[in-house]
Order: sequence, then C-alpha cells, then structure tokens
Amino acid sequence: MTSQVSSPAEHADEADDTGRSPRAVGERRASLSGDEGREGAGEKQVRRLDRVIIRFAGDSGDGMQLTGDRFTSETASFGNDLSTLPNFPAEIRAPAGTLPGVSSFQLHFADHDILTPGDAPNVLVAMNPAALKANIGDVPRGAEIIVNTDEFTKRPMAKVGYLTSPLEDGSLDGYQVHPVPLTTLTIEALKEFGLSRKEAERSKNMFALGLLSWMYHRPTEGTERFLRTKFAKKPQIAEANVAAFRAGWNFGETTEDFAVSYEVAPADSAFPAGTYRNISGNLALSYGLIAASHQAELPLYLGSYPITPASDILHELSRHKNFGVRTFQAEDEIAAIGAALGASFGGSLGVTTTSGPGVALKSETIGLAVSLELPLLVVAIQRGGPSTGLPTKTEQADLLQAMYGRNGEAPVPVIAPRTPADCFDAALEAARIALTYRTPVFLLSDGYLANGSEPWRIPETEELPDLRVRFATGPNHELADGTEVFWPYKRDPQTLARPWAVPGTPGLEHRIGGIEKQDGTGNISYDPANHDFMVRTRQAKIDGIKVPDLTVDDPDGARTLVLGWGSTYGPITAAVRRLRRGGTPIAQAHLRHVNPFPRNLGEILGRYDKVVVPEMNLGQLATLLRARYLVDAHSYNQVNGMPFKAEQLATALKEATDV
Amino acid sequence: MSDANELLTLVPKAAAKQSMKDFKSDQEVRWCPGCGDYAVLAAVQGFMPELGLAKENIVFVSGIGCSSRFPYYMNTYGMHSIHGRAPAIATGLATSRRDLSVWVVTGDGDALSIGGNHLIHALRRNVNLKILLFNNRIYGLTKGQYSPTSELGKITKSTPMGSLDAPFNPVSLAIGAEASFVARTVDSDRKHLTEVLRQAADHPGTALVEIYQNCNIFNDGAFDVLKDKQQAEEAVIRLEHGQPIRFGAEGSKGVVRDPATGDLQVVPVTPENESRILVHDAHAASPTTAFALSRLADPDTLHHTPIGVLRSVERPVYDTLMSDQLDRAVEQQGKGDLSKVLAGGDTWTVVG
Repeated sequence: MTSQVSSPAEHADEADDTGRSPRAVGERRASLSGDEGREGAGEKQVRRLDRVIIRFAGDSGDGMQLTGDRFTSETASFGNDLSTLPNFPAEIRAPAGTLPGVSSFQLHFADHDILTPGDAPNVLVAMNPAALKANIGDVPRGAEIIVNTDEFTKRPMAKVGYLTSPLEDGSLDGYQVHPVPLTTLTIEALKEFGLSRKEAERSKNMFALGLLSWMYHRPTEGTERFLRTKFAKKPQIAEANVAAFRAGWNFGETTEDFAVSYEVAPADSAFPAGTYRNISGNLALSYGLIAASHQAELPLYLGSYPITPASDILHELSRHKNFGVRTFQAEDEIAAIGAALGASFGGSLGVTTTSGPGVALKSETIGLAVSLELPLLVVAIQRGGPSTGLPTKTEQADLLQAMYGRNGEAPVPVIAPRTPADCFDAALEAARIALTYRTPVFLLSDGYLANGSEPWRIPETEELPDLRVRFATGPNHELADGTEVFWPYKRDPQTLARPWAVPGTPGLEHRIGGIEKQDGTGNISYDPANHDFMVRTRQAKIDGIKVPDLTVDDPDGARTLVLGWGSTYGPITAAVRRLRRGGTPIAQAHLRHVNPFPRNLGEILGRYDKVVVPEMNLGQLATLLRARYLVDAHSYNQVNGMPFKAEQLATALKEATDV
Repeated sequence: MSDANELLTLVPKAAAKQSMKDFKSDQEVRWCPGCGDYAVLAAVQGFMPELGLAKENIVFVSGIGCSSRFPYYMNTYGMHSIHGRAPAIATGLATSRRDLSVWVVTGDGDALSIGGNHLIHALRRNVNLKILLFNNRIYGLTKGQYSPTSELGKITKSTPMGSLDAPFNPVSLAIGAEASFVARTVDSDRKHLTEVLRQAADHPGTALVEIYQNCNIFNDGAFDVLKDKQQAEEAVIRLEHGQPIRFGAEGSKGVVRDPATGDLQVVPVTPENESRILVHDAHAASPTTAFALSRLADPDTLHHTPIGVLRSVERPVYDTLMSDQLDRAVEQQGKGDLSKVLAGGDTWTVVG
C-alpha cells in the first residue's frame, strides 16, 4: 500500500489480497549466468508472478528479523509494493529450539497495490523443527517449504514433539518441500575464513537470504553493502556473511532441486510518481516528529523510558541531535513525560513515547498538561494488555485509556495512524492540534504499524504543513483602571487556546499549576461557578478542534458500512475489496481522528442500515459510537495479538451484510 | 558572587537594580500564620536581587504540599505541578533552556516519599537545578500524618501506636545519590539561610538545600533544640569550609576521626587533641567525610546536627553535556537537513 502526505488515496481499483494463490503471469526459460561449466547450471525456468508471500521463521537467535528486513529492502529497491509483519517473542533469546523461541518475519510483495502482509505464506523458510511446527498451520497445501535439514535431528525434533521426522513421515505431502542442509552448506562455504564452526554457522541466515534472493530475482548489491557497513569494524565477519549470501544465491542457481525461479515485476502503476523508500511505522513516526519540529520552528524534546514496542522511536530520535533534537532517557515513565512537559513550558515541542503500561503511569501528568493547557505529544504504541500482557504483539485496547484514563474531566484529542507510512502524517497532524490548541494529544499507533513496513513516497519539504506558532510577547488584557496586564488564561476566541508565554519573556511572568484556575487571570480559584465554567471550556476547546470530514468509500450504494480506526485499515480495505469483487456492496470509512470525531460522522452512521466496527479489542470504538450517536454499531473483535486476516474479515463482513 | 559558576553567565542579567519587592507576586500568601515557610519565602525574595538575574529568566517549579505553593508567591515564572514530579519537570525545562535559572521547591513528603526517584536521579545527573527541600518532618497539607523524615515511633493520626518507619536523613541520601552540592540550614536563621542560598545559586549543577522548617500546626517545635540559643550550642555543628569543626560553649567540643574505625566522633576539645580536630573540606573529592558528618546527627534528639554546606564539588553538568552533544552532532554531521533524512539511503523513483 502507498501513503502520501496529502490524504492517502483509497485505491479501489482492481481487487487484490484475493486469497488465491499468486497468479502466474508469464513464463520464460533463461540461462541465468555464464557459469556453464558448473554442475547443475544451465537452463532454468523463470515464472512471472503477480505477488508472493514469504515467511522466514527460525530461532530468536537465528537472525530472522534481519533476514526479513534485508529481503524487504531488496524488494523495496526493486520497486514492488510490499507489506511486512515481523512476529517475535518478548524474550531476547528464548531457549533454543523451542516453540516459544520462534521468531518470524512475513513479507507480502506484489506488482500491484497491496494492503496487508498477507494471510498465508506461499513460501515458508523454516530454520529448525520448532519453526516448522509453529508455522505449518498457517501454510496452505501446495506452498513451498524450505527447511534446514541439518536441524532435523532427533533432539531438536523431540524438543517440539516430533516423534518421527516430518520430512520423511509423509506429513508434508502436498507441500513442495526443499530440503537444504543450510548449516552444512554455510560452514562449507566459509571454510576459507578460519572461523570457528559456531561463528560460521551464524551466517546461515545469509545463506538462506541468498537462496531466496536468487529465487525471486532480488537485487543483491544493497545487502552486500549493508553487510560491509554493519560489520565495518570486523571485516572478516563482513566478508564471511557476504560469502554465505553469495553461496546461497549460487546454490539456488546450480542445484537441480530449485528448477524454477520467479519474477515479480515492479509495481510502478500502483504508485503515483515520486521518489519512494521503504519505511516502518516507528521510523515514519520519528521522522514525522522531526518534521513537525522543523515546520513549527521549535526544538524537539523527547522524554522517554524504554518500553516495547516504542523504544525504536527513542533510538531513532537520539541519532538526530544535529536537528537540535534533545532526547532524555528518564528514570521512569513519569519522569519522561514530566521532562517533556517541562520542556513544553519552556517553548519546545515536548514529546513522550510509550506503550500501554507507560500510559497508565503517565496519566496524572497528562491531566496536569490538560490543566496547564500546554502542547504535548503522547505517543502510545499499543501492545497486548492488560498489565505486561503481550509486549511484542499488537492490539488496539488502549483507546479507552487514551480517551478517559485520567481523573476529572480531562479531554485529550486522539489521532490514530492507519498504515506504517501514515505514521509520518499522523505525527504532523498530532503536532498541529497540540500546538494550535495548546493541549496534550494522543498519537495512538500499535505494534503492527510500529514494526511493519511499506513503501512511502518521500514528501518534498514544501508539501509539509506550516506549524509555526506565536508565543505571547506582551500584555493581552486591560484592567478597568486602564492598566495593561498579561492574563495567562485569556483565550483565543476562535480556538479557545490560551497564550503560550515562555519563560524569558519580560513582563509576562506568571504562575500556572494543577489547581483549578480562575478564568482569565489563571489565579487559584475554588469558586464553584468558575470550576463549572472551566471544565466546560476545556471540553469545548477539544470538541471544537477542526478536523477534516470523514470520507466514505461507497461506489455501489451499500446498506452496510464498515468503520475502522488505526492499523486495521489494511485488512479492512483488503476484505472490502474481496466482498466487492464477489458482488457484495459494502461501504467503508476509516477514522484518523477518534477525538474529536469528524463533524459528519453522525450523519454518515445514520445513512446505513448497519454499521460494523472491526477492532483488535472487545469493542472500544463501538462503545464510543454507541454512547455518542445511539447507533447500533456491531463489533467484530479479535484480540490474539495479531492483525486481522483479510479472508477471515471478509467472511465476517459478508455475514454481516447478509443478515 | 564568585565567578566560579560560568553557567550563570548564560542567564541574562537584570537591566536595573532589583529589590525584594520586585520578587513579591500579587497573590495573597495562604500559609498558616506562624508557618516557617514565611521566613524561607522572605529570605529567598530578599536574596534574589543579589543574584541580579532578569526575573523573567527565573523559574520556580514545585510539587504538592504546603511548601509547594511557594511559586505562586514569587513574581517570576512558576509552575505548581503534581506530587513529587517537580525535579522531573524542572529537568526538562533546565536542559532545554540553559538561559533560565531553575529552582525547585519541595517538601519532605514530596521529595523523599512520592518523588524520591526523581530527586535521586536529578542529583546523580547533576542537572543545573537548585532544590530547596523544606523538611518539617510531617505531612502538613493532608493534616498531620508522619513523613519519611519523621522519627521512629512518632505518634500521628495515621500512626496512633507510633510510626514503624526508620527515617531518611536527606543529607545522607543526597550524598549517596552522588549529589555535587548538599547543604542544610534552618528557616529561622535568615543570615545562615541566605548564605547557603548564595552558595547554592553559585553552584554549577544540582544543589540540594535541606531547610529545617517548623510546622507550627502539626509538628510544632520539631527543631527547637536547634533554635533555642542555649540548646543549640550543644546541638548545632556549624560547618564552614576550611575551619576546624568545633561547637558547644566556646568551641568546647570538636569532631575528630577515630583512628581505629575511620569514623567521626564528637569529643571534648583538649590541648592534646586540638590539633586532631577535623578541618571541614566541602570540596573534598571523596564524599566519605561529608557522609560521616551527616551521620553525626541523632535522628531523635537532633543533637550534633551539622548545618552549612556539607559538600560542594564540581563535576560535569548534565545540561552542558547535552548541549555539547548537540553542538558536536552539528560539527560532525552538519546542521540537520530534513529532505536528506527523509530520503534516507535506498530509494527508487516512479515516473508518472
């Protein structure tokens, strides 16, 4: 899928994510290289496909995430559309060879516009018996499975309950199994390097990557460059990895077991003109924050405490100090947001990044920011909950926490990105609201968006919004006796925002705090009528935030609307395409602004006989919709730590339209 | 003011001579009549003109508690934040705005109980903050429960049979948390309080000033032993850098190092041991002796309570290091170029 700075167009052209096996769109026979002398070389068949889903799976120490990342980069630079789903355990090195220790990376790439990382892999790379066992259930019969036979010995198999070898007992009948002794071949390929067996073995993921790169005609220069940069300080290891990578490529080319290779053409027609790169949600979000600081001409200040899956934003921003970005790794979640708020008071764009448990700890300070009416971005990358929950898995169950998780009436705007690349635009939008309305804003991403990636059209800086603000510079109020004074809570009549007077501005010395303030003067006030007024005014300020109207995609005049928010955009859109291809009309809309809702949302909901709300929680948006609009919103829920699969969602939506 | 603290030169100076009046806000002070906080407020307002900083560049940040109302009464910028979090908020402000003089006002509950974590981490980082810790050894605003500095066995509303908690010694705690400046003073001794403020303001980095402060409603007379002229002679050890540590009537008592244990002990001064009386060195690189001095005080009777600057050493200031890294990043990578970062390394072009 693609995303742009302007509103991302919702492509409703030719259906895809159709759930069928990849279509063969052509064949040719080619001599793949000039190595005629080598055994097994020669004519090989090349098949052209429209799309492929590959899953790399291995032990959490096998480097599967790196392998997936590299294959993704090769694929991106080739110009395919793509979508990825990394899936890994919370343990850094779970016991080797066990089911809980399996780490995988799924990549869907195509010659056309796609929306999801795909439901079921066409190719599974299984580095050990645990990886096979943990993933085989997702792999349809007929798919290709590449297994590292070296690991299919008695003990590793017994560890995961294989009494007989699945490679020999017929349980993989119906799959196209490629047994490859990946470990042995890697060690053999690296024998010149004088590495220990253990060191050499570690390059087996690069051998596998080389093999897959050959199978799918991926460009290889990027990976070789990457390896040499990554191991710049250990040239021997760098060259060993390059050698393993090349050996894997050559193995594919020479061995007879791999008779066919595949081409997936670039997805040029799916993309508007422009320069593209591949980007993950957390990286896009980090860039969005830097861009927001640039466009606001305010220094960026990040206060953060490490937490999965948000830490990558802290890591990324700490690399950009030459933009004047200050990153402060605090002693805890509370100090992290406290420092960000302190920086906001001083005139920075204050940001804190966290996940659900961290949001809980920050709640009191978010309430303070509501009371102080200072700009502040609270970036929450949702993960499975409650409590520690599933740190590395995705979920959308912190919506109500973001909406209501504070004492008192403490409204906070909520913005939710829909795709990895969209995290960039969503960060700019969150900053716009925070700066314009002088309020904390929730930017609610999730683990799927954070770690998933897709192509992104790189915006020109001229396309970015102007986020500059005016600090207060002088008195804003005249007393009855004609004295000119500064009132820190005298509001802009349009936005209801209060002035932002930063320390260092002469004559505007003032005190703010969490105690209720008198309207206008900001002095402490316990007056009942004033409190009632201030509570309602703070609410009115948030309710009055200008957000774009919601657009509905409804080409067929459907009677059922599917409404989502956040990262479910990809699977919902893929499911909607399936339904429409099958002749079932269905309307789709997707919320970016969850608080306040777009003005026209109520009217849109009223237009449809039925509203279905798929969410990765037990119906939190549906609860909000029912409360606000008295609409009988139907929830479709999944909370298994994984994104929706398009097929399953399509089935559910079909049932919903049938009733 | 010495010129030791270069960081103060980053804060703009006042254009004209200031007076105490310039630092009084128009807000009515709402502490209980007779509260020790009044004396501290007067001392701070009285000292500020001496600093001569532009008052718009001075910020007071506080948490929650009686003392935390302090910022409302200072005609500077101020934030009355939430319980315990003032050091964290002030850290964000001070590290992003080195042109500000940032002061934290906190109490024994705010700083040592709910906000203990932020206090110790601010101290270890050595952020350029001046922390005034008002210690009245009781919770005042919530009407009289024991605090983390209350003496063991204290009878309060929440401890009718006596508290079970051993108290913190804030000075020991601060020294243990790598504080570069630690001092203690008393609300009623304006001259001493002002001198300590002077040295704290002049210190580059975090300065922790513990101020014994009387809560005349819930813990009245807690520090009488340090205030009553006669008792104080025996109870208070006034520390002055470079001076022998002597106290009592006509300096009859002194502090010596026990050669057997290395610990400090109080002894009557005699012609024989006079040469062994410890000379106070606030600038000693090792915190060991300062810590030993802080342990001389009896937590129950407050006998042998050292006041003055226990420790004042220079070490790198967090704000400066952070700012230096930003400068170095620009030197090494050039000033940030947004289009370059967005484009990254591997791109491809689609022609429309």
